[in-house]
Amino acid sequence: MTAERLKPVDAVVIGMGWAGSILANELAAAGLSVVGLERGAMRDTDPDFALPQVHDELRYALRHELMQDLSRETLTFRNRSDEMALPMRQYGSFLLGDGFGGGGSHWNGQTFRFLPQDFRARAFYEERYGRQFVPDGMNLQDWGVSYDELEPHYDRFEYLCGISGKAGNIRGTIQAGGNPFEGPRSRDYPNPPMKSSYAATLFGEAATGFGKHPFVSPSANLSRPYTNPEGQDLGACIVCGFCERFGCGMAARASPQTTLLGALSKKTNFEWRSHAQVTRLLLDATRKRVTGVSYLDAQGRLVEQPADLVILSAFVFNNVRLLLLSGIGAPYDPAGGAGTVGRNFAYQAGGGATLWFDDKILNVFMGSGALGTVVDDENGGIADHAARGFIGGATLNVFSSGAKPMEYRDIPPGVPNWGSAWKQWVAKYYNRTMSIGCRASVMSYRDTYLDLDPTYRDAAGDQLLRLTFDWHDNELIISRYATALIERMGAALNPARMLAQPEQRPYSIEPYQSTHCTGGAVMGTDPRTSVVNRYLQSWDVPNLFVVGASAFPQNAAYGPTGTVGALAYWAADAIKTRYLKSPGSLL
Amino acid sequence: MHPDRRTVLKALGAVGASGLVVADATAAADAPAAAAPPAAGGASSYVFFNSAESAWVEAAVSRIVPADELSPSGFDLGIATYIDRQLAGAYGQGAKMYLQGPWPEGTPQQGWQMRMAPAACYRVAIPRIDAHCHTTFGATFRALDEANQDAVLAGLDNRSIDLVDLPSHQFFKLFLTNVMEGLFSDPIYGGNRGKLGWKMVGFPGVYGNYVDVIDRYFDRPFDVAPLGIAD
Repeated sequence: MTAERLKPVDAVVIGMGWAGSILANELAAAGLSVVGLERGAMRDTDPDFALPQVHDELRYALRHELMQDLSRETLTFRNRSDEMALPMRQYGSFLLGDGFGGGGSHWNGQTFRFLPQDFRARAFYEERYGRQFVPDGMNLQDWGVSYDELEPHYDRFEYLCGISGKAGNIRGTIQAGGNPFEGPRSRDYPNPPMKSSYAATLFGEAATGFGKHPFVSPSANLSRPYTNPEGQDLGACIVCGFCERFGCGMAARASPQTTLLGALSKKTNFEWRSHAQVTRLLLDATRKRVTGVSYLDAQGRLVEQPADLVILSAFVFNNVRLLLLSGIGAPYDPAGGAGTVGRNFAYQAGGGATLWFDDKILNVFMGSGALGTVVDDENGGIADHAARGFIGGATLNVFSSGAKPMEYRDIPPGVPNWGSAWKQWVAKYYNRTMSIGCRASVMSYRDTYLDLDPTYRDAAGDQLLRLTFDWHDNELIISRYATALIERMGAALNPARMLAQPEQRPYSIEPYQSTHCTGGAVMGTDPRTSVVNRYLQSWDVPNLFVVGASAFPQNAAYGPTGTVGALAYWAADAIKTRYLKSPGSLL
Repeated sequence: MHPDRRTVLKALGAVGASGLVVADATAAADAPAAAAPPAAGGASSYVFFNSAESAWVEAAVSRIVPADELSPSGFDLGIATYIDRQLAGAYGQGAKMYLQGPWPEGTPQQGWQMRMAPAACYRVAIPRIDAHCHTTFGATFRALDEANQDAVLAGLDNRSIDLVDLPSHQFFKLFLTNVMEGLFSDPIYGGNRGKLGWKMVGFPGVYGNYVDVIDRYFDRPFDVAPLGIAD
């Protein structure tokens, strides 16, 4: 197929989620001609997320209206290298967004900064416990960027979004009501914290009783109307309970739509194209330079868009897959450990307990994606977990995200799941159920990785990405430890029934867990163990930047979006202030 | 192409004022009362099921959700109609499922690997279930008494019935999921008639403005008549 060749532009951005929208806006503001390519459709608050139609649990939560069409493209999965990977034929463990805004248009809005020690994980643990503390097979590594360097970029993302929360540490001074363990921030959040639900309040009281330091979760669903530095107006959250998997009908959640689209639309040097499925990054004869990208348009025609600079900012899986399909960098080889592309896939482990009360009405349907209470005391490097034998840690939480009855109607063991006895249980306990969750960091390992599948292909005939992943002891120990603590806190609330469920091996792709997938194109200080340098610039191809959670060398115990936003601004700053003056490797 | 934000927010404010998003419980209680359940759809209203399939589904949904003091039967709630429409449409036909081979069985951790979309599962499973009922009880599923119907459903769940072309517990899991969808999805899809599924558990439906009440209704019932999309 001969591609139609378009007029060259300064920069092309692949994927218009959080990372791509930020990079496109920054590069266009710097005067570059920028084209944004998005495989999905445009979606905006009006008309796509209009009330009451958007409050449709079947359409959005169960039928995944806003997600990638798996019939055209999915990935394959196996637990171990000696198994045959099989395609993810329908959604389960994680959800792949598409369309303008990507996952940023239907996320919960829990917006955290990683801890200072997260960015220098290997150095931190080796200094504290010695080199032998890191188990064999764990690819623990430093990010190459420090918390202090990222702080202004976290700040910028939080003010772009209008995050509602309470600082715990302003320039080293601990603030009452915030997270006392967080890294120092230059100023407080732009908006006050969200209100608390009954369940989150109960958890906060229980945690305080155990000597912990609960705080109200930072939220990208806003506690009051807000005009961001891009001149975009966001509404106040009405706590409707339809966040994750849904568009926000009130423009009250920070998303690329609500925070950047208006600013992008005004820039005449920016153009975005929907239904543009990028198939390859194009290299010149030296293979040290990308000349642009090729993509399939809505009609399936092959189009070539030349560009001087390429920003690869799709989700984790497509960032890695496009690198592999395009022959950029050395594919990771798990047998010998050489190669970097696809190395260090990580995820997030769960755990926690479900509580059913006879004596408490919780109004579980009231909520918002990030409305909740979090405890950071057990996170990595805060408590001394050496005796327990794990690296990393967990955050404990109660989120009242809006429990709708198709997704949330847990029953304890021994209660039938159909018939009159089930009806009696669900009629009584649907509104008397709460879960205390644990979110455990996940380290990267030699045998958790991404590569191209030898068997299965997408609708365009290209190889699917293959995920090889299972839990390791370190993460199961964290989850068991955190779950045991949660069980003691839960017992203090006197539930009628309680079920504690720590993470179990083997990992299964079937039940939804989280979309906190990371790695595969990680950043670092050494080209032998990272795909991009500390500026998110490809070691192999200096006019390519690969931006997103694909750059995390391992995953922390928080939602990734705050850090994705900070890395996007950090990379944009490096491009604007350094790369454009002297295009080439920044190191 | 991109509406100004202020216009959007103003428009949404107008929506709030018109009552679609109601600010307090009293106003919601005054919303149009749930209509009485319409007469259950007969065989003539089905667009996917043949008469043998609808006979099985109508009987089975009323064992998963039996009539009792908490709600009418699954059939009277429209759940058979709901499932019929879903199977006829994109979901049932697997429009967004990856359906390319090869098709090894895989491990349980690898999820759905049956070479069938949901509609095909029903088409394959129901004749096998009725054949089992004929062999065991000398009658179709629909003609069995409730205890025997329950025993057959339990047999699907615990894999003691051989459906030959698909594992019985996987079909039961699919069916149970679809019944729960028909019980709790918006009535525009044909189930949850009269919003009686939502009323059974106390879910207010698309009603969605709790910002002024979430911190006032601690351990206090928030009783409102649920609202659906078509209200």
